[in-house]
Amino acid sequence: MSGAGSDTATFKPPRFNKHGVWAIYKFEVARATRTLIQSLVTPVITTSLYFIVFGSAIGSRMQSVSGVPYGAFIVPGLMMLTLFTESIANASFGIFYPKFAGTIFELLSAPVSPLEIVMGYVGAAASKSIVLGTVILATSSLFVSIHIMHPAAMIMLLCLTAVTFSLFGFIIGIWAEGWEQIQIIPALIMTPLTFLGGAFYSIDILPPTWRTFSLFNPVVYLISAFRWSFYGTTDVGIGTSLTFTIGLLALCACAVAWIFKTGYRLKS
Amino acid sequence: MNAISIGGLGKRYASGHVALRDVDLQIRKGEIFALLGPNGAGKTTLINIVCGIVTPSAGHVLANGHDVTREYRTTRSIIGLVPQELATDSFESVWATVNHSRGLFGRPPNPRYVESLLSQLSLADKRNARIMTLSGGMKRRVMIAKALAHEPDILFLDEPTAGVDVELRRDMWALMRRLRDQGVTIILTTHYIEEAEEMADRIGVIDRGTLILVEDKRTLIEKLGKKRLTLQMRAPLPSVPRELADLGLELGADGTELVFSYEASRSIDISALVRRLADLSIEFSDMHTHQSSLEEIFVNLVSKRT
Ligand SMILES: Nc1ncnc2c1ncn2[C@@H]1O[C@H](COP(=O)(O)OP(=O)(O)O)[C@@H](O)[C@H]1O
Ligand SMILES: [Mg+2]
Repeated sequence: MSGAGSDTATFKPPRFNKHGVWAIYKFEVARATRTLIQSLVTPVITTSLYFIVFGSAIGSRMQSVSGVPYGAFIVPGLMMLTLFTESIANASFGIFYPKFAGTIFELLSAPVSPLEIVMGYVGAAASKSIVLGTVILATSSLFVSIHIMHPAAMIMLLCLTAVTFSLFGFIIGIWAEGWEQIQIIPALIMTPLTFLGGAFYSIDILPPTWRTFSLFNPVVYLISAFRWSFYGTTDVGIGTSLTFTIGLLALCACAVAWIFKTGYRLKS
Repeated sequence: MNAISIGGLGKRYASGHVALRDVDLQIRKGEIFALLGPNGAGKTTLINIVCGIVTPSAGHVLANGHDVTREYRTTRSIIGLVPQELATDSFESVWATVNHSRGLFGRPPNPRYVESLLSQLSLADKRNARIMTLSGGMKRRVMIAKALAHEPDILFLDEPTAGVDVELRRDMWALMRRLRDQGVTIILTTHYIEEAEEMADRIGVIDRGTLILVEDKRTLIEKLGKKRLTLQMRAPLPSVPRELADLGLELGADGTELVFSYEASRSIDISALVRRLADLSIEFSDMHTHQSSLEEIFVNLVSKRT
């Protein structure tokens, strides 16, 4: 049954455990596809509602923002909102659940490096939110005509945001000791930051004090950059936005590295 | 080279509790080693350190000569673990979860191997069943299949038969023997003495974090075991006859039993004893000997330390 009986030397593991990464990724994607219908129907319905309420009912009374019709203007923000919440929810659940169910022992005793674990979990969570983001874009295009000015940048920002927030979710999942904590961050922090972060308006329309205040909100930079890739207009400079986004990614990556180095809340 | 080599191993949990102190232990390739100890002795802690789940506070552990911290990729690839707690995914199928384990441990897919593993564990007809629909015993079989999915050289079983039914216990013992015959080193923890007695080649006893003894099973029984010869009297004796005082006999069961205790390792001339009894006209109707089990030895050892 085992290779041990033969006289072969000790199994030589490869330097990169690609089977391990693939196993984690596949496991997480399988989990997502078990609830595929809910996962896809929810954003389609929500997006449609946004367009019926904001786009048509309110939007028809609103002028265009920076030359972009209001309905089209909110599309990048809508996509970002989903990207934030889905990335955090998926990645945090993905790593929290094994801790909760006790199955984490297998991961900890497997020959997978921290980087490989993160690639598996964060990769899967990011994949799912990218798919959902794309579904929202497709749904939106049924309501408004969308023109993407910088498609390559748009895809890059989509992936960058998905990975960053999946990393953030991964950290939350490791930190969390109960289900409430898993839900608290998205509800208490991400949703307000997104709504106050110019998802549905340009921060230029805010009074000066509030506008300054907004500049401390990281979400402003993400949405601004993403909207730029669509329409070429920004609330803050694209360079600043990109720097900020990449900085956020680096910050999350460092936190994850520290977690594995110390075994924080993973090992006793 | 030993399968597992542990030196100066210590563990103090964040709570301040010291679970292991200065443990030295060598486990030979291909043997079945039983780690015995009461609850809370530190058995799981020891196993979890070797497998990479708990970080040691002091000392080192080698598996097949590789350091489990620095060369964790190598050591974890050759170690399999069936943990004490039953923890499985619920929604996955048996087939998916076993293949997942194989991949996680770095092995390319091998459906034929997984197939044979499942049938050896009587799981073949459950391969498409979701794990949550299985009974506790079946789930335990799945845990074993997962631990063996990557063809490990060294298998840890943490209390494998705690709370399992007789049939599964017998199956597991058979499987352990089969694996040993294939050259797999097996380390099991238990507090069922019969299990160690039945399965192990060597036995280690751990108590409150200290490894108090490691011994060949037979040597252990011989070295520490007491034998007891009980003679059933035809007529009750009022006291041990003075002529036999040198033997240290005891009377039992209201004088109807004469009990002779001696070290199992000492050779005793039973016929001389019988002759002396005949000379004194003491008649007996029956006799039997009893050798202390590991259980008695174990209770003895541990209680001596308190
Ligand atoms: N994570 C932990 N934090 C603090 N103490 C622990 C932890 N895990 C186990 N212990 C303690 O360490 C001791 C040894 O536990 P364990 O290794 O599980 O023993 P055994 O497996 O022999 O029953 C016990 O007293 C237990 O309460
Ligand atoms: Mg235990």
